[in-house]
Amino acid sequence: MTTVASPRARKRVRRGAAGPLFVAPFLVLFLLLFLAPLGYAAYLSLFQQRLIGGTVFVGLDNYVTALKDPLLLHGVGRVALFFLIQVPLMLVLALLFALALDSGLLRLARVIRLGIFVPYAVPSVVATLMWGYLYGPDFGPFAQLTRELDLPAPQFLSEGWMLGSLANIVTWEFVGYNMIILYAALRTIPHDLYEAAAMDGAGAWRIAWSIKLPALRPALLLTLLFSVIGSFQLFNEPNLLMKIAPEVISSSYTANLYAYTLAFTGNQLNYAATVSFLLGLVIVIASYAVLLTANRRRTP
Amino acid sequence: MPSSSPSTSSMSRRRFLTATGAVSLGAALSACSDDSGSGGSSASAKPVGQADIDKAMKTPTELTFWTWVPDIAQEIALFEKKYPAIKVKVVNAGQGVQHYTKLRTALKAGTGAPDLAQIEYQAVPTYTITDSLLDLRPYGASALKDQFVDWTWAQVSGPDGQIWAIPQDTGPMGMLYRKDIFDEHGIQVPKTWHEFAAAARKLHKADPDVYLTNLAANEPAAWHGLLWQAGAKPYAASGESTLAISVDDAVSGKLAAYWGGLAKEGVISTDPDFTDGWYAGFNKGKYATWLTAAWGPAFLSGSAKATAGNWRAAPLPQWDAAKPVSGNWGGSTTAVIKSTKNPIAAAMFAQFLNSDPASAKMFATKQFFFPATKSLLADPSFTGDALDFYGGQKVNQVFADISDTVSTSFQWPPFLDQVATDWTETVGKSLADRADTVAALGTWQSRITTYAKNQGFTVKGA
Repeated sequence: MTTVASPRARKRVRRGAAGPLFVAPFLVLFLLLFLAPLGYAAYLSLFQQRLIGGTVFVGLDNYVTALKDPLLLHGVGRVALFFLIQVPLMLVLALLFALALDSGLLRLARVIRLGIFVPYAVPSVVATLMWGYLYGPDFGPFAQLTRELDLPAPQFLSEGWMLGSLANIVTWEFVGYNMIILYAALRTIPHDLYEAAAMDGAGAWRIAWSIKLPALRPALLLTLLFSVIGSFQLFNEPNLLMKIAPEVISSSYTANLYAYTLAFTGNQLNYAATVSFLLGLVIVIASYAVLLTANRRRTP
Repeated sequence: MPSSSPSTSSMSRRRFLTATGAVSLGAALSACSDDSGSGGSSASAKPVGQADIDKAMKTPTELTFWTWVPDIAQEIALFEKKYPAIKVKVVNAGQGVQHYTKLRTALKAGTGAPDLAQIEYQAVPTYTITDSLLDLRPYGASALKDQFVDWTWAQVSGPDGQIWAIPQDTGPMGMLYRKDIFDEHGIQVPKTWHEFAAAARKLHKADPDVYLTNLAANEPAAWHGLLWQAGAKPYAASGESTLAISVDDAVSGKLAAYWGGLAKEGVISTDPDFTDGWYAGFNKGKYATWLTAAWGPAFLSGSAKATAGNWRAAPLPQWDAAKPVSGNWGGSTTAVIKSTKNPIAAAMFAQFLNSDPASAKMFATKQFFFPATKSLLADPSFTGDALDFYGGQKVNQVFADISDTVSTSFQWPPFLDQVATDWTETVGKSLADRADTVAALGTWQSRITTYAKNQGFTVKGA
């Protein structure tokens, strides 16, 4: 851009005015639909509305309460644990599938690709209902099968297994999505690199390790960021499984579920806004942590 | 009420849902009964003249009515035929919680609220504390008192005699049982809870795959019905903002020790209800009874077809066999929202819909609602219906008799949603985990108390 010749200077000015214009539709919607509600939620979180006594300004009291609220802390802790277990598993699977598809050695590659991706097209509500049926301790197919074999039925919905069962549902739903991102990134790698590597005597594994994986780093980072956000906002799956395992999944099982319960069961909109804000903060911090770690590893 | 018609199944499931929005209960506002609403309403209790009513009913008007009752257009058609100037627009704003959340939002926003809304009995106080309902006395509602079952009228009445809504349907609780399973194991229909416990042990010992009953660990509405039967008074409001909460008193403790004990022994199941596993449980004979409400028979006949003909109905077992009593689970009312611009037409519609003989009967025969009017409960064409699913038993008669034994003094808390969620996470969880249910009552009590205090109530008896 800096090398543009002087006769074109006038055009550059016009271009400068066009920029904001092009951005305007986005900005207006962003302000109206994103920043305004965010600001309103921040405003709400500074008040407390009671059935008796009306609304009072309480400053940061709600935040002080929330930071000491064991239900919120447990909820955040639980999704953090979920993140640590589920996300690496899902991303490794997605990576393996993407590499296998990209290797060109698979038969029926398109069918397989579609097969892995299809669960993502299933709404998470439907997926959870389906898995909820499969997990059923009495009449679910796994329970029936083990009973036929005179084995104890697997307790997918028990306290100890629940997080794993949720992780399984989420993995099933999102492996295909992440695989597609990684696979698309793999397709952009120039073929001459492979040819050069092959000339130097590199095998398929060596190419995967030394060329494909480094080239995938930005895409992997992207999927990881999406997963941070997705994990910490875990809501649909526990909310639906709550109906079949009410004694395991409480209304504060995840932080997001807790905020929802506060708003729509307890009618504590102000406190719900506070909890949502803090959850947003946790996600921002976790995302930054991921970015910083990734960048630091790149510099040396 | 020919339950053999093909539409029965889906119809009865929907109608059941109508009755049980009760389960998770809509609303979280409100103080128990007496409140800011009463001050204004006594002033407006002056009757509206007949001339004004006639004039209003001849003025072209459109009323908006939020309800989740399926196919309510047929009842509305009766009203519009009698009052051709009035048109009623039905809006289905969702069911139970969803409906209440939207209604609360509209009321708060001060715009978009309907003229009338379906409100379940337990949610009425929620809307009276915010002064959102119209007292129907000036519109002649007092004259209807004797037409409705006493306890339903008590549920819609305010402390100063206000009439906040008109009862639509009810759910007095009874027991549906598998006669074939009882016969097979030589079990008599239990008349008392003592006999019921003995039968539970005997049955489960004889066949470990079968439980005498399933007390769902996610069903606070059933627990409240059983509390109601046991004569508990868990919630009582006095004055503006004072609330007595005693969900862990002696009566509740007796109930908790009883059910917690049976669950701990493992002779009853505690599966969550209205889930796939629960439906399968009925069809495969896992549960030998269902302690349910009067809407239960129609619902079950649509949901457990594999067991048709094997079921019978009986009253709930009793704590004191000499004085049979029952509680209620579910049922709705029609209320007029105070902000309506057409109070006369709306009030007349609420009354017509539920008290006109043809309309009330239609609810019983088309939607399979269990009636709230005395005349229908005494009507042989309703009570005399012999149902094949129940081996030709006159099930409606059984529940009509039970309806007479429901106590009139049960009150609902002002934030039932919170109370219900807290129940599931304390008492319900203790049942499912086979832990100490009596101790869980204490946790429930303290959680509700904390919530109430945070909401600005003065809590007594905690």
